[in-house]
Amino acid sequence: MSDLETFRQTTRAWLEANCPAEMRLPIRSEEDLVWGGRRAVYKEPAQKLWLDRMVAKGWTAPDWPERYGGGGLSPEETKILRNEMGRLGCRSPLSSFGLSTLGPTLLKYGTEEQKQEHLPKLLRGEILWCQGYSEPGAGSDLASLSTRAEDKGDHFLVSGQKIWTSDADKADWIFCLVRTDTSSKHSGISFLLFDMETPGVLTKPIKLISGASPFCETFFDNVKVPKKNLVGALNKGWDVAKYLLGHERESISGFGSGSGQLELGEMAKRTTGTEPDGRLDDPILRARVALFEVRAQAFSAVSERFVDELKHERAHPAQASVIKYFGTELNKQRHELMMDAGGSDALEWESERSRGGANVRAWLRTKANSIEGGTSEVQLNIIAKRILELPGV
Amino acid sequence: MLADTVRPFLAEQASVSHMRALRDADDRTGFSPELWKRFAELGLTGVLMDEVDGGLGLGHVEAGIVLEEIGRNLTPSPFLETAVGAVTTLKGGSATQRQAWLPRVLAGEAVGALAVDETARHRPERIGLHAERVGNGFRLLGEKRFVTYGHVANFLIVAARTAGSEHEPLGITLFLVESNVANLTAEADRLADASLAARVKFGGVQVSRDAVIGEIDLGFGILTATLSALRAGVSAELVGVGSHALAMTVGYLKQRKQFGRLIGSFQALQHRAAHLYAEMEVARAAVLKAQQLLDGKDERADQAVMVAKAMSGMASALAVQEGIQMHGGIGMTDEYDIGLYMKRQRVLAELFGDADYHANFLAKLAGY
Repeated sequence: MSDLETFRQTTRAWLEANCPAEMRLPIRSEEDLVWGGRRAVYKEPAQKLWLDRMVAKGWTAPDWPERYGGGGLSPEETKILRNEMGRLGCRSPLSSFGLSTLGPTLLKYGTEEQKQEHLPKLLRGEILWCQGYSEPGAGSDLASLSTRAEDKGDHFLVSGQKIWTSDADKADWIFCLVRTDTSSKHSGISFLLFDMETPGVLTKPIKLISGASPFCETFFDNVKVPKKNLVGALNKGWDVAKYLLGHERESISGFGSGSGQLELGEMAKRTTGTEPDGRLDDPILRARVALFEVRAQAFSAVSERFVDELKHERAHPAQASVIKYFGTELNKQRHELMMDAGGSDALEWESERSRGGANVRAWLRTKANSIEGGTSEVQLNIIAKRILELPGV
Repeated sequence: MLADTVRPFLAEQASVSHMRALRDADDRTGFSPELWKRFAELGLTGVLMDEVDGGLGLGHVEAGIVLEEIGRNLTPSPFLETAVGAVTTLKGGSATQRQAWLPRVLAGEAVGALAVDETARHRPERIGLHAERVGNGFRLLGEKRFVTYGHVANFLIVAARTAGSEHEPLGITLFLVESNVANLTAEADRLADASLAARVKFGGVQVSRDAVIGEIDLGFGILTATLSALRAGVSAELVGVGSHALAMTVGYLKQRKQFGRLIGSFQALQHRAAHLYAEMEVARAAVLKAQQLLDGKDERADQAVMVAKAMSGMASALAVQEGIQMHGGIGMTDEYDIGLYMKRQRVLAELFGDADYHANFLAKLAGY
């Protein structure tokens, strides 16, 4: 038997023995996700148990080096672990934005001290991270940001404002882009890490059309950040930011496409009814759903390939834009179809039956998918310029 | 590797001008037998054939590499029908059938074609061509259409009904029919893309029991496997056609000036080109996934093939249509190649089921 086959079998056996039954049920709502952090909330004990067991194996970050608490698995082994978890329906033990974005970035750009300090806490879910990128005047044109960090010898003094900071009101630490040189747009940006409890940090939630929101406005007023928290070289934060964005785009594109959602066709059958032969009795909707499913399955093939290429460092950096663009547009289409398929049921905003309007709120939420992390138009610009090499104006 | 051989070979020996030359000479064979011999010399005719049969023993990923290049160059070749379709069917054939045909296929001396369609749209689950038992053999009566290379094939693989009614999978039997038998006629018509497809009439064709491929009444399984191989192959060819149309279009955007600027600098066109690129990338990945699952004999393979055929059909359609539009007037001329890509895409999109057929089938599988 090959080593990988042995690994598959031992992994399967371990998951069967260690993943609690409750953690194999489909995810129904946000509460079923574990975000960790200093103020971690667990809906049920099984969540904590499952997280602890996976942390002990290093499998919340299976492909990170063991010296930082990771699993030390090869890309092939990581894929097997993911497949086996999928096969058994195991939930992800930790839903951490930092795990998929900041982690790989620190592994590439962080100092040994930064890796030692942050990576183990990140993969144990002890620290919840948020991202300070966008500003009121610098959304998709991110590099025009103006939050300042003044060099004060052993520390920086940070002042300015960020916006659309997801979960800033719950996060423990922030990774933040700041301007350290005003004479150059791209080469005057630095990448800083700091504790959200540092004096001078203030957050304010932003309410959205969905009636709720993870987003905040975040204000910095003379926040003192030690120099050792600079990631990468001074004024070279743009490279770090771009690397991280590549990972972020890939993770955003997969929003909501996953487990626990009623399949579209099934949902439509319940609300619309069926023909005597079992087909959905709205042939136009049936066709739209079927053609959508073709695209969704094709997209999962391209995402899978992209993740493989990233792991083997073969991916064109701008390829992330293809995934981000296609994935977010697809996700919006999925939710449009879910609204059509759900009929009047899908419009209920408060009822228990609708789990507090889960569908309609999720539909509204997806409208941000093609805005956040760089709009679809920005992704198309990137593809046009960096992959197709079309001329500038 | 394989791509390093195939790419220069086809680009040098069988570029679009090769296809134009055959078309303009009103060639009725539909391909160049000399070129087909070269395919054999390179071992390509045996890409999917087992090594014990003298083949390369490779898989659908490799067959796809050949087909993508065929698509890129619009190369007229019976490669898909013979080296992919017939070879896959013969994997389920008898030792006698294999010994009779595989060496000739390998040598580039025989062309095989699949005769399945009976209606204008692909409906392989509806087989009506009648195979009546006569003595120790069968008598075939009926008509098949859209048999690509059917008029020059040395042997045909024919899906016929030996039992049951038209819509039942049980009762379909596959026959290996030599094309020189009595009461068989194949009339070729040129299609929009200048390729030739035949209507094959079986006016009481007598075949022996030995002509049955696999088991009587149980041909649907081998037919499905053959169709999956062919659909994966067509999908790869569509990726080649679409990729080349995209490349031509992007190239044109970089050199054509209007209003004093390169048109490729206009954001409206950049966004459309970038969108098209994304669609083609997704299609390419879906095709690769299907080929890998077929090679791994994975139970999800047939479904992935349908996704691949539908997605590559949709993405390549966009590629050729955007190609014509962005080229403007020159794109409408026969002299310029982009139109040939549009016509070829149309034929391939129809072959072995269009996007609607496959989406509908997937919906049925999913139960809605």
